[in-house]
Amino acid sequence: MVDTATKSGAYAGAARPRSSLKRLMQRKSTIAFLLTLPLILIIASLVIYPAFYAVHLATLSKSMTKFVGFGNFTFLFKREVFWMVVQQSCIFAISAVVFKALIGFFVAHFIHAIPTKGQRKWRGMLLVPWVIPPAMSTLAWFWLFDPSYSAINWLLALFGIDPVPFLGNPYWARFSVILVNVWFGAPFFMIMYLAALKSVPEQLYEAAAIDGANWWQRLWYITLPMMRNIISITVMFSLIVTFANFDIVRVLTAGGPIDKTHVFATYAFLLGIQGGDIPLGAAVSLFMVPILGISAIFILRDVTKRGNEA
Amino acid sequence: MSQVTLHKVVKNYDETPAVRGIDLDIADKEFVVLVGPSGCGKSTTLRMIAGLEDITDGEIVIGGDVVNDVPPKDRDIAMVFQNYALYPHMTVFENMSFGLRLKRVPKDEIRQRVESAARILDISELLDRKPKQLSGGQRQRVAMGRAIVRDPKVFLFDEPLSNLDAKLRVQMRTEIKKVHQKVRTTTVYVTHDQVEAMTLADRVVVMNAGLIEQVGTPNELYHHPRTRFVAGFIGSPAMNFVPCRLEEASGALRILLPGGHAFPVPAERTERYRRHAGSADLVFGLRPEHVTETHRNVEPNQEAFEVTLEVTEPMGMETLVYFQLDGAEVCGRVNPAAGAEAGQPMTLLADLNHMHLIDGTSGLVL
Repeated sequence: MVDTATKSGAYAGAARPRSSLKRLMQRKSTIAFLLTLPLILIIASLVIYPAFYAVHLATLSKSMTKFVGFGNFTFLFKREVFWMVVQQSCIFAISAVVFKALIGFFVAHFIHAIPTKGQRKWRGMLLVPWVIPPAMSTLAWFWLFDPSYSAINWLLALFGIDPVPFLGNPYWARFSVILVNVWFGAPFFMIMYLAALKSVPEQLYEAAAIDGANWWQRLWYITLPMMRNIISITVMFSLIVTFANFDIVRVLTAGGPIDKTHVFATYAFLLGIQGGDIPLGAAVSLFMVPILGISAIFILRDVTKRGNEA
Repeated sequence: MSQVTLHKVVKNYDETPAVRGIDLDIADKEFVVLVGPSGCGKSTTLRMIAGLEDITDGEIVIGGDVVNDVPPKDRDIAMVFQNYALYPHMTVFENMSFGLRLKRVPKDEIRQRVESAARILDISELLDRKPKQLSGGQRQRVAMGRAIVRDPKVFLFDEPLSNLDAKLRVQMRTEIKKVHQKVRTTTVYVTHDQVEAMTLADRVVVMNAGLIEQVGTPNELYHHPRTRFVAGFIGSPAMNFVPCRLEEASGALRILLPGGHAFPVPAERTERYRRHAGSADLVFGLRPEHVTETHRNVEPNQEAFEVTLEVTEPMGMETLVYFQLDGAEVCGRVNPAAGAEAGQPMTLLADLNHMHLIDGTSGLVL
């Protein structure tokens, strides 16, 4: 009796850890965690680690041998060019996103109004700027903006207008950089808005037409509220991408003339890679984090709340 | 006054005709139901009255004005859609008041009108909710409320109950009838459900293939259908149809079915049917409730016949029996106590006082 009892006790003791491991493995949360683990690892190694490494870099001296704390930041704060870059980045990102959003919105409406048959080819053609690698298309724009031999200035000359130094004059250069960014990014807004427009049930417009809403009121009371989430998310996404834009500015003006078109990314590149002061470049690029964080909070504030309504 | 008149109204989609010239007069405060199978043009007709579809040809008159080219918002109509079409980002109150707000009605009046409509529909406590938080039946009420607050000349309902489950549908049907009795507005209601049509309508308009088959009160349509289509569409289970010949023998007429069954035609119908005697292209129609079990005191013009039952469907208060009668499937309704059993022979009684005779070619009831 006793013997069997101890035996079974021993069995139970041996079985417990194994079965509890089994139970742990069977729990849904464990499986979920294991399934997401590869992605967590990728994000950790490609996003979280570099982010903390950038913070670490920003606290080092130029030779990367000495810890200087906020030294790089206080150095930047004293430089006029840095404040100019902050200002230019904001002007660049905000005006480009506003125009992309507006143009995308109107073009999406026009496309939406085209009967389904002809819609596909228009949609395809209007997406072209967005699918060409920006470094290449920007090069084409670079030639279009050329002061002496370009198509644009040739056209202006036909009308008797003096050639415009698109990339030589600071204000024209800013204009050109924004223009190319809008040209590149508007199709993305267009396609997102078009998808949102298509998801608004036709009967809502019919109900609104019977309720007495005119075109403008239908846009204001039906279309815009129904699209608000997509608009918020698209604007947020585009703001991040535009703020961090590098290729267009780099190819078109490389930040010039006299640093008047530098944005965070190109300035960080100039200081960090070309100037050889990697910690200073890291410090510049870290400035995007708080600015984008605050705008993200504002724009995405009610998205989840509204998502539950629809 | 808010009569609606359709005069030779035609609607073509590209080259496909949807509505092929219909005339209809709807009286003030009348509840008219357009009913028919899908694709018969009933919804298109409603949408043309609403102004959501252009009219290819003809004329629509609402309250004395030709409205062919008047946009929906100026027709003074309200519409309830099949999927409710509530604005998802607005509360119930905002949904119901949207039309009034656009018309710049004073705020106090809006509140008062919305609240009184909400009381009629029993949704007063839902006014602050969003459509997402409502059940199907509640959404339907809100959609009706949105129509009521506008106090329009005409209510238009486009299959408003087809998204609800069976039980709720019956309940809302009664609700709609009650609301119409309270609000008393000219109403045009579209459905494919003949039960809904029969129960709600003052007059039913049966449509088929873009044309009106018949207009009449529910009882008229049921008892005096003018065409085979109406006879078969109205009533559930549907009327039985068996091809037949009409023969005259010594002054009396009788129906001869292809398999040899014969039924005498009631004497009072002899005059009406006589000129079709000898015709072979006829259809004999009899509703299931006029095919019953035999009973002791058989009345005149009730004729017994013997069949083998194929299927029986006990419904509780009655049992539906299905059998072959000279090559046609026929349904009868018998007393559950009559002992109907599938596969067994049974003697049934055809009540020929209620028979219909239909011209096989034209489809007209003779």
